[in-house]
Amino acid sequence: MDNLVIFVIAVVAVAILVIGGGVTLAVAIYQANRLILAAASLTQSEDMSSDGGHKSGFGQTMRKDRWWFEPLWTGLGFLFFVIYVNWAAFQGEHYWHGSYLSPLYSPVLFVDIARVGAAPVGHSLFGVWPDWINAIWPPFFPTSPAWLILAGPLAFRLTCYYYRKFYYRTYFMSPPGCAVGPFSTQPIQYKGETALFIFQNLHRFTWYVACGYIAILSWDAFVSLWESGAVFSGRLGIGVGSIVLLVNPILLATYTFGCHSCRHLVGGNMNRFSGSFVSRIRFNLWKRVSWLNQRHMLFAWISMIWVGFSDIYVRLCSMGIIYDFNTW
Amino acid sequence: MSEHIFRIWRGDSSGGDFVDYKTDVDDGMVVLDVLHRIQAKQAGDMAVRWNCKAGKCGSCGMEINGIPKLACMTRMNNYSQRDVITVQPLMTFPVIKDLVCDVSWNYEQNLKISPFKPSPPDSDGRHRMMQEDVDRIQEFRKCIECYLCQDVCHVIRNQGRKDRFVGPRFLIRAASLVLHPLDVEDRIPAVRDELGSGFCNITRCCTDVCPENIGITDNAIIPLKEHVTDRYYDPVAWILRKVTGRIRSGVE
Repeated sequence: MDNLVIFVIAVVAVAILVIGGGVTLAVAIYQANRLILAAASLTQSEDMSSDGGHKSGFGQTMRKDRWWFEPLWTGLGFLFFVIYVNWAAFQGEHYWHGSYLSPLYSPVLFVDIARVGAAPVGHSLFGVWPDWINAIWPPFFPTSPAWLILAGPLAFRLTCYYYRKFYYRTYFMSPPGCAVGPFSTQPIQYKGETALFIFQNLHRFTWYVACGYIAILSWDAFVSLWESGAVFSGRLGIGVGSIVLLVNPILLATYTFGCHSCRHLVGGNMNRFSGSFVSRIRFNLWKRVSWLNQRHMLFAWISMIWVGFSDIYVRLCSMGIIYDFNTW
Repeated sequence: MSEHIFRIWRGDSSGGDFVDYKTDVDDGMVVLDVLHRIQAKQAGDMAVRWNCKAGKCGSCGMEINGIPKLACMTRMNNYSQRDVITVQPLMTFPVIKDLVCDVSWNYEQNLKISPFKPSPPDSDGRHRMMQEDVDRIQEFRKCIECYLCQDVCHVIRNQGRKDRFVGPRFLIRAASLVLHPLDVEDRIPAVRDELGSGFCNITRCCTDVCPENIGITDNAIIPLKEHVTDRYYDPVAWILRKVTGRIRSGVE
């Protein structure tokens, strides 16, 4: 019963935090709106080009709708996620509880067993934290295995065609909104993705890596069904954390297999779907991937939020702040 | 009936300014109807290009409250009576007069795309393709060439890269040929170099403004970018090409 009380208190606390954060964000957005509209009205009669009455310059537009809302919430949302992931990776502890492994730490390449809430050595791929890493590891960085693996999913998201839309708009402001003046215009020569950003063409390789992560996280979900992570030798059961970790790779799969590069590789690169048996299979695959692809933005956000939530759940369980209801 | 204020840009290539018109608006009217009413009652010399009034000819593209739209498809009940409705010509193309632009630059871009080159016919002299082969490219045939996508694309609107980038409309046209089951022309080098696919940074404004709801970015531009990646940036695809000798379907 005590645990139930703690759980209820934790849920209420999280709800207060979410509602409080939402209200704070809403107030911030409202104030930002006022400031932007005030600035827009100040410049309304200025900087009119003679050609069609259009405004030029950064942020200049004749739009009267709240075009800035989407870049603002996506920018803040992603920023919040990045801050949380960095914080969580920086901790280097409380990423394991019972049989649950936080997805931010999976796969565990090396484990520093001296850290509280670290994974057991048996669940790391290469054993204990080696001396050769310590030799090159920055002294101000805690020995956190998350730093060794986060580049994979990060690279996939950063080169994703949806994320490109949002961060080019939000962070690069190129442009911040449709028919809104971009941050850099002439005489700075715009090159798009033909020069520095030509690396975006590597997206399909990051997709291969992301597929590997789905396999790994699916394995973690399977491990979460065994008491203390003892696969086949322990008792089979299920806990709230198992459900959280089972949902995680499913949501990540909806995002990863709706990827534009995936859509191209499974069938989009053909220009004749009819004909051979293989072509027809690829056509059917392409249609299914296209369905996911149409919802790519939705799945990108849901899966990203769920990864963060999974880490929070495992962390709170490991810290003893919340109790994991399970059948063991 | 309600009363609205329209702030319309009046002028030509030598300059101009906004002029306010207060006018009655009847139920069911679209912006083009109101412009015609202003033209009939208050500004007989105001230039407006239009034709079908049904969203199918693409003539009446203009910027309404800063957003590229077709005037004939923009309903007045979207706006409150308190709103001053600003109407301007498209920003990306030079003004001829009032709300009419010179969009001839677009026709020059069209010339950069080589014509359809069909594969040899079957033994009975016919060309065959199945419906599922052409579903994808039939979406692109919905384009009415209103050039709203060209207008909103920041690469040509703000960044001044008309010299290197043909714009979304013509990447659609290129995609309709690259993905065509019968076309055998190898267009990928031109897509990258002459058409400038790499200049698009996927901000999707073209898709947002398309009155025909064509998936310009997802269904045309990104597939083209992926084909360019196949050709130039993917070593695995390069090895496969060397082994199989195939450049693309239908092209040996």
